[in-house]
Amino acid sequence: MKNIKKSYYGTAVLHDINMELSEGEIIGLVGENGAGKSTLMNILFGDEVIASTGGYEGDIFINGEKAQINSSFDALNYGIGMVHQEFSLIPGFTATENILFNREPTKKSLVSSAFGDRLDTLDRKKMKEIADDAIDKVGIKIDDDMLVQSMPVGHKQFTEIAREISKEKLKVLILDEPTAVLTEKEAETMLKSIKNLASRGIAIIFISHRLNEIMDICNKVTVIRDGVVVKTSDIDKITVDEITKYMIGREVDTKHREPRNVEGKDVIMSIKNLYVDMPGENVRDFSIDVYDGEILGIGGLAGQGKLGIPNGIMGLYDAEGDVSYKNEKINISEPMSSLKKDIAFVSEDRRGVGLLLDESLEWNISFLTMQVKDKFLKKILGKLMSFRSNEEIKEVTDHYIEALNIKCTSSKQKARELSGGNQQKVCLAKAFAMQPKFLFVSEPTRGIDVGAKALVLDALKGYNEKYGTTIVMVSSEIEELRQICDRIAIVSDGKVAGIYKATEPVEKFGALMIGAKAA
Amino acid sequence: MERIKNIIRDFGVPRFIILAFLVALFIMAPFVGADLPTQITNLLNRFSWNAVLVLAMVPMIHSGCGLNFGLPFGIIAGLLGGTISIELGFTGVQSFIMAILFATPFAIIFGYLYGVLLNHIKGGEMMVATYVGFSAVSFMCMMWLLLPYHSPTMVWGYEGKGLRTTISLEGFYDKVLSSFLEIKIGNLAIPTGAILFFAVLSFIMWSFLRTKTGTAMTAVGSNPVFAKASGVNIDRIRTLSVIMSTWLAAIGILVYEQGFGFIQLYMAPFNMALPAVSAILIGGASVNKASIANVIIGTLLFQGIVTMTPTVMNSMIHMDMSEVIRIIVSNGMILYALTRKTNDGRRA
Amino acid sequence: MKFDVRKFLADRSVPIMFIIICAVCIPLSGFSTSYLFNEIVTRIVRNTFLILSLLIPIMAGMGLNFGMTLGAMAGEIALIFTSDWQIWGIPGVVLAMILSIPISILLGALCGTLLNKSRGREMITSYIISFFINGIYQLVVLYMMGPIIPILHESIKLPRGYGIRNTVSLLNLRQSIDNLVSINVAGVKIPVISFVIIILLCLFIVWFTKTKLGQDMRAVGQNMEVARAAGINVDRTRILSIIMSTVLAGFGMILYLQNMGNIATYSSHSQIGMFCIAALLVGGASVDKASIGNVFLGVILFHLMFIVAPRAGTVITGDSMIGEYFRVFISYGVITLALVMYETKKHKKKKMTKEGTENEK
Repeated sequence: MKNIKKSYYGTAVLHDINMELSEGEIIGLVGENGAGKSTLMNILFGDEVIASTGGYEGDIFINGEKAQINSSFDALNYGIGMVHQEFSLIPGFTATENILFNREPTKKSLVSSAFGDRLDTLDRKKMKEIADDAIDKVGIKIDDDMLVQSMPVGHKQFTEIAREISKEKLKVLILDEPTAVLTEKEAETMLKSIKNLASRGIAIIFISHRLNEIMDICNKVTVIRDGVVVKTSDIDKITVDEITKYMIGREVDTKHREPRNVEGKDVIMSIKNLYVDMPGENVRDFSIDVYDGEILGIGGLAGQGKLGIPNGIMGLYDAEGDVSYKNEKINISEPMSSLKKDIAFVSEDRRGVGLLLDESLEWNISFLTMQVKDKFLKKILGKLMSFRSNEEIKEVTDHYIEALNIKCTSSKQKARELSGGNQQKVCLAKAFAMQPKFLFVSEPTRGIDVGAKALVLDALKGYNEKYGTTIVMVSSEIEELRQICDRIAIVSDGKVAGIYKATEPVEKFGALMIGAKAA
Repeated sequence: MERIKNIIRDFGVPRFIILAFLVALFIMAPFVGADLPTQITNLLNRFSWNAVLVLAMVPMIHSGCGLNFGLPFGIIAGLLGGTISIELGFTGVQSFIMAILFATPFAIIFGYLYGVLLNHIKGGEMMVATYVGFSAVSFMCMMWLLLPYHSPTMVWGYEGKGLRTTISLEGFYDKVLSSFLEIKIGNLAIPTGAILFFAVLSFIMWSFLRTKTGTAMTAVGSNPVFAKASGVNIDRIRTLSVIMSTWLAAIGILVYEQGFGFIQLYMAPFNMALPAVSAILIGGASVNKASIANVIIGTLLFQGIVTMTPTVMNSMIHMDMSEVIRIIVSNGMILYALTRKTNDGRRA
Repeated sequence: MKFDVRKFLADRSVPIMFIIICAVCIPLSGFSTSYLFNEIVTRIVRNTFLILSLLIPIMAGMGLNFGMTLGAMAGEIALIFTSDWQIWGIPGVVLAMILSIPISILLGALCGTLLNKSRGREMITSYIISFFINGIYQLVVLYMMGPIIPILHESIKLPRGYGIRNTVSLLNLRQSIDNLVSINVAGVKIPVISFVIIILLCLFIVWFTKTKLGQDMRAVGQNMEVARAAGINVDRTRILSIIMSTVLAGFGMILYLQNMGNIATYSSHSQIGMFCIAALLVGGASVDKASIGNVFLGVILFHLMFIVAPRAGTVITGDSMIGEYFRVFISYGVITLALVMYETKKHKKKKMTKEGTENEK
């Protein structure tokens, strides 16, 4: 009998989490993206990230004894295994080699006794035995000699599980979205084999967005939101709807803006049959009309394609489909095509796409406008050449530093040195400086603190009201969308699952997000 | 104390050692009987020969293509320009101008092809550049023998064909820049023309980096995805930077030749890239950041060591270790730059 | 079926190209078959060991080890000492090998450490390291040998009293291994022991891939992150692979020089890296994949080209230099081609994985 109790207190990510798990039990762990599931699991598995950011607080008890997990080795010793979302397999190795990777049984030889264990030869026969045994336990046929790179995705997943099972000490197995990449049939097999494992006495933490799977195989379910366990319940005492509500339905008293009725206005942008090839965020057959002057929210769970929409239209990822703006077609493979039409984009990837980290704020804020609109340039030598106009650049930068309350030492400071919230404001300033008529904003509040969040949202709302700029805001936080949007579209599986007015009850949006999943 | 440490760290330990070494050489020079004005003249001369080649590094570093180990590519364009100009019978100042004119189309074509190639192998530019340069040099070795050159000053006397390994520029563009407005004070001679020529090119480069396209080039080097999201055509900007680098290398070798007095063909361009690369690094540039000041400081420091070491060391310990020191210093500097953690924006 | 044939040919385009070059050049050169066979056997004996030393870093995903020159330098320093101490013959060779080990390990460890600091650009770094260490080598051999490091015999010192002469004769050591047991097959001299040594090294490499360390190296070469997550000390494994390569290159250089019979003190090593790498690539290897078969095919094709090209060039153009330059061009060209192919493949692969995830979702 083992009892895991774990509390964590510290950074704003996780507050005081308590969980219990007993032998042979399957516990479902659900929560929105960013709710803290991954952090919790990383702590349990002793991920490097945790140790390098100052460790964790609270205690973990295994079989009643206090365990200190500082590294993944500790986790292994305590019998905790984890199957990550991304495959951690060596592509050019066979299933056997991967299952026993770095735990290979070896044979001593003359050389190895002289030069150390690393020169032991591998005991191929024994490796095969152990691997086959583990594969048997998983309960699916995998060719143990097949190279991982030539396997279908499902088999890769099973190989990972087999690897964890082959560890003799294994007591707790963490499965992070194991069915996300599987076909329906494979998923079924997977669930069956998970149940099978539990019956062998292994405790399983099962993380999934597919609530019907949770209902199907788990004994208990725990819902996490904003770093807090909001509900733990036996599976037969809760319904899918209730879980959904716990996941997203926080009772917030933020003032919602009164949604305007936009349906009658002119269609400013019409998106038809958009396909975007953005890894992890694929859009397939997405169509929507955006009305002039509105704030349209696009929500949905991670990986459903909402991020791919602005990135595809702005030419950052390969995309296909018809997008027209004011009845003119946009060439969506060429960023300049949209930019020239005064359509701007604030990327969700602040540091990667949004900023020149090693350049000054002046550069960051002025660059886009300079390239697109030939502004901030002064003619010299009788209009033969034009130089950057440092005065104008400083002026516009200072203007936005003040307007958006960007905290910095001067307009010459490097973008890298600012905090996340202030960096986000710089990204907004960059887009505003272009004086866009249409603005895509992607995850504008990701990773910034509460105060900055409010400022960013206010800035967007204010900009929309002041200049009538149409804004399409993509966010995983439905509450945030409800605060400033007129309409909210929920994206699921790369297409629109439904569009509601922002004032509709949060459960309706939740149902769209989850419902499409279950289908 | 803490502050001094910080200054040294920002400056980089190797750079600091090199500077200290050079200062020591200058202090010692009078004691070992070396004539300071002659030394300075030497240094200025070598600076004026090499500075343009070092300047050729700047555009590619700015656009994120890394250190241009493919410098020989541009040098070949310059060599073609120089030899064609002489072949067609131009002499004196005219031959220099014509050499530049002839070199330009080659540089543009080579640079374009080279740029397109580098766009296919983003992230692996430096190694490929090195070997593309080498292949081009060894290919041209055959060409120098086979191309139909006839000018008696250039071809092997007894066969009447095939270019010589070294071609004297006397009567052609030998010292055309250096002797222009040359200032002589006792033993001190300043090659004003050559320095002015470099200054003009530097100014053009400086100006370019301040234009819209120049700004875009810096942004591409700093964060290609940012630039792409801002509507910049990354491949086009990179190709442009490679063409500029190649052209400057072509001009650079012509400037070098006018100072040195000879055209060196065949395997000579092999060894031209590394000194230029290490010079700009010594001047404070990194794999993805460089300025005109880096070029000037770097060339002065590097050439300072090259010119001062033999005289001072020779008279002090009667050993000519200059060659060895040059190898260690220049490659050590490149190594230092390569192994430093850079916040490189190579994400495109 | 047709597609397969094409792929088969495309994968082997470099060796096929060389077979064609050789096929054209051999008749033109007019060399006799027995001459060619003798030459080829000599070249195999000389170079194979050196080329084999390149395999391990490729396995560990560190690309072509341009830093093998370091091992060559270690071998040379060891041979300079043994010839100074007048230890000749087989004992001389063996002693030189033993002496070269600590020097190789030191240089290899330095090289490996620097390469760990420059992930993603290992090749250019190892290339520059070889230049840098060459500077140190010259400092040691040209200036320190004599005044600081005792050198007994005047015969290998420069007339000025310090530093080593440009050529150190190994006359008393020359081909001592090759001649130990040699048989004559149809006019071709086969140095049996040298071949035995090379075969032993091949067996060693095959055995090594079956060890735990070999397995770890393959894993590190394929995916560093996964290997690290599984608890493998990635940095150390990579350094070990470079050290092994350097030590083997040191042995290889000693075998090479005992065959040549003299050391060109300041130039023997400078080109050796380039020629070995070119030969390996000619054998059909790529930056991330190489086998023992590639080594043998490469050494034969590359050196066949090397022998016949100058003569063939003279016949075609009437100029002896053309052929010389041609073979240099081909060496560089082959390396360039391999690098470009490798980098484009890497580029394409990135795109493929992107599409891969697309299909999975």
